[in-house]
Amino acid sequence: MASMKKSFLLICRRAPYGQSLAREALDVALTAATFDQQVAMLFLGDGVLQLLKGQQPAAIAQKALDKQLAALPLYDIEMVYVEAEALQQRGLALSDLALPAQALSADAIAEQINMHDVVLGF
Amino acid sequence: MSAGAAKTAGFAKPANSPVSLTFALLVLGGVGSQSQISALNFTRAAVGAGHRVMRVFFFSDGVAAGSAQNVSAPDTDAIAAQWSTLAAAHQIDLVVCATSAVRRGILDGGEASRYDRAITLQNGFEISGLGQWVEACLLADRTLTFG
Amino acid sequence: MGTLHIVSKSPFASSALADCLRVCGEATILLIEDAVNAAIANNEWIEPLKRDGLMVYVLQSDCDARGLSQRIDSKFALTDYPGFVRLCCEHAPVTSWY
Repeated sequence: MASMKKSFLLICRRAPYGQSLAREALDVALTAATFDQQVAMLFLGDGVLQLLKGQQPAAIAQKALDKQLAALPLYDIEMVYVEAEALQQRGLALSDLALPAQALSADAIAEQINMHDVVLGF
Repeated sequence: MSAGAAKTAGFAKPANSPVSLTFALLVLGGVGSQSQISALNFTRAAVGAGHRVMRVFFFSDGVAAGSAQNVSAPDTDAIAAQWSTLAAAHQIDLVVCATSAVRRGILDGGEASRYDRAITLQNGFEISGLGQWVEACLLADRTLTFG
Repeated sequence: MGTLHIVSKSPFASSALADCLRVCGEATILLIEDAVNAAIANNEWIEPLKRDGLMVYVLQSDCDARGLSQRIDSKFALTDYPGFVRLCCEHAPVTSWY
């Protein structure tokens, strides 16, 4: 089992803070990474807002999600994708995000989904 | 073009294959959510067709299914009891995520004693970490989320 | 083999189906729980669901529960839980939108 390796894609569609699922998805990603699995994160729809720089949630008793996501490379999670259309719809650019990410078209996203072993939606 | 891995060999089962597959389920909905019932119904159908459901992992609001304190509507078995009956009959691990659980008041003996609270975990369930879900993803042929 | 996308929320209440359709490409979709509302004949989601390359299944018991059994567009395949299990066996990966 120690040598078993699968490719995981986590699809994150929710804005941060309104409910706990964004933070919980990150927990899954980090756990899979510590199990030495190949983990990619895709931020889609409102999920792109999780990556926005400069979050200050102290007044709502939360820890800043952008800072936590910026630490993904420390866990060897480097494949971070955002839906290009979602950024555009929300008036955002890659430079607004807290960590380097690759903007994907719808077709490229379909390809990513189809090529991963385990695809978890959050 | 990213460097995503090609799919691991061994998962390309032909259509209409009679082989038995192993499933792992992630359940996220609370007891008021239909996702618990859908997951139960799916499990019954999967074992009925000769497949194996190795583990059901309850995460986020889904941990509520593991509470022995829930009182169900008349003429209905509580969700927790339905899961533990199914699990006992088919050797299914019922795992409740530790962090999600304590935040939502689901505690086993160890956690209850640590935090000086009552024990609320239903018999047949165990509390464990997300590693159990990742392990299930590795061991199962198919993973399914009910959210 | 192709991906199976399971959608469980009503498209009138959640972006789950819209998000799925935007990015799933050619795929198989199974509508369960409140998402069966998307399969009601003549509703605004019928056209997007009928685009080329999509195969759409609808879980019968969720239609029955909601009084929709006679209202589902005839182009979609109704299925039951054993059929749901078979779809999972015949597709990989399986992913959920909720």
